[in-house]
Amino acid sequence: MTPNPYLWLVPILPLAGAAVNGFFGRRSSKKAITAVALIFCGAAFCLALLIAASFSSASAPYYFNLAHWLRSGSFQVDFSFYLDQLSLVMLLVVTGVGFLIHIYSVGYMWEDDGYYRFMSYMNLFMFFMLTLVLAKNYLVMFIGWEGVGLASYLLIGFWFTKDSAAAAGKKAFIVNRIGDFGFLIALFLMIKHFGSLDFTRVFAAVQTLPTETAGVGLLTAVGLLLMVGAAGKSAQIPLYVWLPDAMEGPTPVSALIHAATMVTAGVYMVARSSAIFERAPMAMMVVAIIGTLTALFAATIGIAQTDIKKVLAYSTVSQLGYMFMACGVGAFSAGIFHLMTHAFFKGLLFLAAGSVIHGIGGEQDMRKMGGLRQYMPWTFLTMTIATFAIAGFPPFAGFFSKDEILWKAYSSEYGSWVFWLIGVITAFITSFYMFRLWFLTFFGDYRGAAALDPQGHDVHGHAAPGHDDHSHGHGHGEPHESPWVMLGPLVVLAFLSLVGGWIGIGGRFEHFLAPVFQSGAAAELAHATAGEAAGTGTETLLMLISVGAAFLGLFLAWTLYFRRPQLPARIAASLGGLYQAVVHKYYIDELYNLLFVKPLIDGSTEILWHGVDQNVIDATVNNSASAARHISDNARHMQSGNLRSYAGWVAAGGAVVIAYMIWMGVWVR
Amino acid sequence: MFHLILFLFFGVICVAGAVNLLVQSHPINSALSLIAVMASLAVEYLLLGAEFVAAVQVIVYAGAIMVLFVITIMLLNAGKEERSKGSRVAILIGVPGVLIGGVLVAWTLLYRSNMQATVPIGALPGDPADIARLLFHNFLLPFEVTSVLILIAIMGAVVLASRPEAVARAARKDEG
Amino acid sequence: MVPLSYYLVLSGILFVCGVLGFLIKRNIITIFMSIELMLNGVNLSFVAFAAHWQALSGQVFVFFVMVVAAAEAAVGLAIIIAVYRTRETLNVDRVNLLKL
Repeated sequence: MTPNPYLWLVPILPLAGAAVNGFFGRRSSKKAITAVALIFCGAAFCLALLIAASFSSASAPYYFNLAHWLRSGSFQVDFSFYLDQLSLVMLLVVTGVGFLIHIYSVGYMWEDDGYYRFMSYMNLFMFFMLTLVLAKNYLVMFIGWEGVGLASYLLIGFWFTKDSAAAAGKKAFIVNRIGDFGFLIALFLMIKHFGSLDFTRVFAAVQTLPTETAGVGLLTAVGLLLMVGAAGKSAQIPLYVWLPDAMEGPTPVSALIHAATMVTAGVYMVARSSAIFERAPMAMMVVAIIGTLTALFAATIGIAQTDIKKVLAYSTVSQLGYMFMACGVGAFSAGIFHLMTHAFFKGLLFLAAGSVIHGIGGEQDMRKMGGLRQYMPWTFLTMTIATFAIAGFPPFAGFFSKDEILWKAYSSEYGSWVFWLIGVITAFITSFYMFRLWFLTFFGDYRGAAALDPQGHDVHGHAAPGHDDHSHGHGHGEPHESPWVMLGPLVVLAFLSLVGGWIGIGGRFEHFLAPVFQSGAAAELAHATAGEAAGTGTETLLMLISVGAAFLGLFLAWTLYFRRPQLPARIAASLGGLYQAVVHKYYIDELYNLLFVKPLIDGSTEILWHGVDQNVIDATVNNSASAARHISDNARHMQSGNLRSYAGWVAAGGAVVIAYMIWMGVWVR
Repeated sequence: MFHLILFLFFGVICVAGAVNLLVQSHPINSALSLIAVMASLAVEYLLLGAEFVAAVQVIVYAGAIMVLFVITIMLLNAGKEERSKGSRVAILIGVPGVLIGGVLVAWTLLYRSNMQATVPIGALPGDPADIARLLFHNFLLPFEVTSVLILIAIMGAVVLASRPEAVARAARKDEG
Repeated sequence: MVPLSYYLVLSGILFVCGVLGFLIKRNIITIFMSIELMLNGVNLSFVAFAAHWQALSGQVFVFFVMVVAAAEAAVGLAIIIAVYRTRETLNVDRVNLLKL
């Protein structure tokens, strides 16, 4: 391990930016705020590039101990940073995409009163995310983990005067905390059994333990608990409910946090803990099952949503499911590959959606869009590239990463054809709803403000104009293209969505990450060669099938939303209850409300508030006060002003004293 | 023997007088029974040989203090005691308290100590010369202090008992 | 030959009667007289002990007690007169201005 003294600077630079903007931003000019935010973030990006340039696999991994933290007996934790191939990939993705989105936010949030606050929070988020990614032990990672949750809360509820935004922020944070509980228990188990939270020590200790094929044991428990944490952070079943609500935040937030970086923290954590998972096959199976089910589940919800950001949100949940499926079948590098390409095209999708919303004065309901490709050519072009990427068309980025995952799901020793099949079906659905979005937004006639929804349903969705709180005072007039400060990042991300997948050709990416997933890599290599020998044919066949699924989705969307726009309404009507269930997200939120939220609130009100706080604590205080009053009320009667009663008390007291003295003097002796 | 009879006789008078003081409703009757108590106490002192003390008892206590009481009763035209609600506490806990205290002390003194020693008649002759010797030698300071005390008491009594107009008239007479 | 305890019992009876008078009687002057009775009872025990222990200072102390009783009686009666002037009553239950 080689020391690298610049590692700690990468997170600290955005922190400095956040501090400067946070303390001085209110009275600074917007130009100054912008400069501070972009310079510090950009500096982190440049530093990341320098580190990448000087990175050599021979001297990896790099580390740096910044300061002591905990020393408790034999247990110690320090503020240490770590850089290996996995961290390097994450580092470049986070700083790069983050920097682009910062530039975009300059244009998007310029008119907002809380501009300085937004930039400060974004920099703060970068700090925490980089801490998470560069951590050398689970506890520093947990700092980053919690910190990104905090930044997410602050940014989701950025327009905190709006009730729904504040509630969404709360929901995100609370659901995250449930996951964090699992994470913490896993950490405690690690401390107890391994005596350390440091990656190198934990993974070395794990190597000495046997593989738990029976599905019970310490490593399985740790793995499952880590998965609970990842499910919370990365919005998997059952803790995904916060992500669609998180769309209340400004679009750059959705792009950065809820597409490109924060939600991928769970995947990163699972990939980092690959040593643990590989020795706990049951946990891996659970990870794969959760990922696959989530992918399918979220995709089905996405086809009926009418808010453009909600479609993308469910799409994110679904794609994260793919990443977990990859990790669950042992293809960690494939999962990370998809994480990287997803950051490009999903970030781009959100930014482009933001550009669309910005251009039509704040409208987010797709039923009120249409035909926008004439008005916003650049947005249309970049979004098209992103849509083809996510659908999995070659030669765009998504094709390579998704195909890798599907192949590994089929061929890996932990995988099975069931995963592959569900993955292909989900790919078909993904392609369908993405192209549905594409057609509804950019083709047809502009259905402008106050247009009726062509499906004839009053579907549950957020349809208020100005919902993004972003209207420019242009009124509902002409839709227009966004300024270049916003289009620039779109173009860059579009380029990356195009070429980003080419890194994976020939297994170069997998080979680069191989030293990180050592134990897995050996098995991978063995299996890959076996797979290559026996199944190059199979692989090509499966590839063709998945591309075919993507085409099928495109064709279906074209039919329903371009050729015959009346058809969706009739299909929806004939499906009746099933359609309603899908539109209402399978009523999961209502179910959670009934099962967990309402009982908790009621229990808290009845038991804790009325029962404990009022009847015990308040009662104790109040009753001791009233007891004092009653006692003194009664004792007051001693002061009657009546001479004889005083004398009576004196006589009685005297008798007591005499009795006491006699007792002491006579009996005690 | 004779000693015992004398003691008992005058002791009974003491107790009877004390009880009578409690029982009578008109204060003058209580005052007179108190005088009787004091007189028989003087005899008891004599039985113990305290001549000077007995004399002082009669002169000062029975002769001066009780006269003062009787004059005050006359002055204020005190009548029979009227019934008033009074204080329950005094009766309910004061009386039992003092009775219990008294019984305890008596019991302790009688059965738990060696007070069975007898005191012969005229045990300690306290003639004036001996008393004076003690008073002006060993107890000189208390003696002087009590004279100051009496002075203060006189002044206090005069001030407290005088009529307000009398004080005002005296003040005007001083100025004028 | 009277045992010392007899004197002390007599003294105790007088004292108890004095306290009872203080508690039971309603006329202020009678209460004062009960105080004098208490003092007399105490005097008797002083003299008795002086005789028992052959210490003359017991009798000297009786002397002082009497002086103090005289002073107290004088001042107390003056107070009673002053109270009578303002409250027009000698009933101690009526003189309760100290009541809370």
